[in-house]
Amino acid sequence: MNNGNTLIRLSKAGIFKNKKWLVRDVDLEVNKGKIVTLIGPNGSGKTTTAKIALGIYKNINGNVERYTENISYVPQKVSIDWALPVRVIDFMVLTQNLRQDDISEALDLTGVKHLRNNNLRDLSGGEFQRVLLARAIAKKPDLLVLDEPVQGVDFTGEVALYSLIKAISEKLSCGILLISHDLHVVMSATDYVVCLNGHVCCSGSPKDVAKSEHYKELFGEKSAELLSIYEHNHDHVHSSDGNIMKDAK
Amino acid sequence: MLDDFLIRAIIAGIGIALVTGPLGCFVVWRRLSFFGDTLAHSALLGVLLSISLDINLSLTIFVVSSLVALLLLRLEKSTNLAGDSLLGLISHSSLAIGLVILGFLSFIRFDVLGVLFGDILSVNTNDLLFIWIGGGLILAVLFYIWRPLFASTVNYELAEAEGMNPERVNTIFTILLAALIAISIKMIGVLLITGLLIIPTAMARNLSNNPMQMVALSIIGGLLSVFIGLYASFEINTASGPSIVVVALILFILSLIRIGKKKHER
Repeated sequence: MNNGNTLIRLSKAGIFKNKKWLVRDVDLEVNKGKIVTLIGPNGSGKTTTAKIALGIYKNINGNVERYTENISYVPQKVSIDWALPVRVIDFMVLTQNLRQDDISEALDLTGVKHLRNNNLRDLSGGEFQRVLLARAIAKKPDLLVLDEPVQGVDFTGEVALYSLIKAISEKLSCGILLISHDLHVVMSATDYVVCLNGHVCCSGSPKDVAKSEHYKELFGEKSAELLSIYEHNHDHVHSSDGNIMKDAK
Repeated sequence: MLDDFLIRAIIAGIGIALVTGPLGCFVVWRRLSFFGDTLAHSALLGVLLSISLDINLSLTIFVVSSLVALLLLRLEKSTNLAGDSLLGLISHSSLAIGLVILGFLSFIRFDVLGVLFGDILSVNTNDLLFIWIGGGLILAVLFYIWRPLFASTVNYELAEAEGMNPERVNTIFTILLAALIAISIKMIGVLLITGLLIIPTAMARNLSNNPMQMVALSIIGGLLSVFIGLYASFEINTASGPSIVVVALILFILSLIRIGKKKHER
């Protein structure tokens, strides 16, 4: 069953390996133009769930329906060895053939066009994450899977990155499956939250999840309260080098 | 003209340098220099096998080194030993076993130093054929798997997620390494082939800021090392392998000076 908007649907999906469940009974659905966030503590099966969705694992339980093949993935902790001299431009075409226009457009959208010929190892954490994003969106995917896309980025950088991700989903009208463990910042940029701890503890809109008992149990009363603090609007926007670019509407 | 052993050595050397350049880059990028060493050491077993059974040298080395490569890939997954300990274990045991067997084969007149350090005098027209055809095949396969191999070198997970098969190309790459060792043993020798793989590449790393440039520079570095090294070997009568590697080292040191300048300018 597909209403035309669904990009991917997991039903009762899970994986059983070495005599234990890595994650089980996950139901979730990503629709066009929507951001679905997976949150949960370390080892709760977030990355595993993403990989199930991507089809990286062979023997899974349950069911995965994919309505698009055009999926981009940004894995967790992408690290580049210093022994490799790779420029941003080489990195963009690592596994795909792209038109120059698409490359420029993607780098422009994530605000790192000026770094095109720089070496990857000279980039800051935030710049590198933006390059990773640009790489993922250059082929204009229908579905974007991002595993902890704000790693190695400071707090203001995090906020900026999440609003960039939001902007990407609107601009490309693609669905995004986002994995995160920093709950508070991510909440404002998300449409639907799935809270994992080996299985789905609770799910719903950010507000509903924050109110849920399971969520409080998992992350503590404090973080539920924290959520409200970050639900605010910015009156200006920063570019990747920290300059104020424009006033937000 | 091919009768002249120096000309033969130079033609052989060009063929080998064309292959060690790109392969060496991947060895450096993937941190496989000790892996290369291990394969090379196991080649001694191949040499002995070839002599005692009277089968073609390069082919035997290729088969033995490939088997060792596959064994290593397997063991890496199934033992608790860290990668480097495992490599040390295989590397030195195969060298030791080779030398012990050599003791038993006292009836064969056999130049150990030639195998260990290379001997240009021993390169015949048949070897040239093997080097150029084998080298051509290695480069063709490398070209074919270039994108998945490079992608999985930059980031294994990314490549895997984007539909490449990193494990398969890794295996193919190690077999290419075994093939390179098989064709270059006579020139460079068991102990020094890794030197020709990584030293010109290390030099290239100092001078380049993108992958293709690094490959090109590392080929040029390898060619220069072969030319100058062979010339020196001929003129002052030193072993060919060590001479080539010493030249590569000198080139590397020169490239450091350029890096020093660059840092200073910044």
